[in-house]
Amino acid sequence: MILWFTVVQLVAAVAAGLLCVVLGLAGRRPSDLTVGALALVELLLLAQVAVAIVAPLTGNAPTGSALEYWTYLVSAVLLPLAGVGWALVERSRWSTVIMGVVALSAAVMVWRMHVIWTIQVA
Amino acid sequence: MTAPAAGPRRMTGIGRVLVIVYAVMALAATGRSFVQIAERFAEAPLAYALSAASAVVYILATLALVFSRRPGWYAVAWVAIVFELVGVVVVGTLSLLLPALFQPPTVWSLYGNGYLFIPLVLPFFGLWWLLTHRVTRATPTAEAAPAGATR
Repeated sequence: MILWFTVVQLVAAVAAGLLCVVLGLAGRRPSDLTVGALALVELLLLAQVAVAIVAPLTGNAPTGSALEYWTYLVSAVLLPLAGVGWALVERSRWSTVIMGVVALSAAVMVWRMHVIWTIQVA
Repeated sequence: MTAPAAGPRRMTGIGRVLVIVYAVMALAATGRSFVQIAERFAEAPLAYALSAASAVVYILATLALVFSRRPGWYAVAWVAIVFELVGVVVVGTLSLLLPALFQPPTVWSLYGNGYLFIPLVLPFFGLWWLLTHRVTRATPTAEAAPAGATR
């Protein structure tokens, strides 16, 4: 994990999450803005996969459990896909809220991943 | 069109938000228990067995809520969510009284404080949903509407 990139992901995921929850509770259905925000979060997570593969080769290896880290990362990558899929089965205000829940969950996962990489001792 | 008293077969509205929260908990608990059992089962078999049990309960609850308009799944949802509530209260209390047995922490340790207490609050929402969307074998469903009954 790279600190500044973690921060970028956290900001994006929390912003997307709050945006979707607020817009959803205000009655807005999924739109290009809200789905686009989730797409951005997903894109950043995929970039994180690349970072996690390359970083150890440059000396930046996780201090914690690699198994736990990758379990979190794989879960985090799958979550927006499954969540948006579930949300868009029915295009209501709650679909937007669901996407917000998913984005906020992804933020928590990114934070946990950073802790596992930099603080936790395997 | 279906009669007003008949509900759709699948989850709608705010119930779907409940489902996604259960699904995230199922994902989190499954991931955690997988890692714990794969890496360190011998260290704390009770705690890790409880993590695995909680994962199973969350997965079951998620599925049961998705299909909860059907009487069979509705009953399963009740069982899973009551089990979940009992689990988080019992494990949470035991982890306070006998902390040595629950190192490292499990999903339900300290009433789910490692998960922002969502495990403690979630079953109440689940039960609220089940109580306000009762389904019995006598409840009319879309398929039981007078016009095109197939059962």
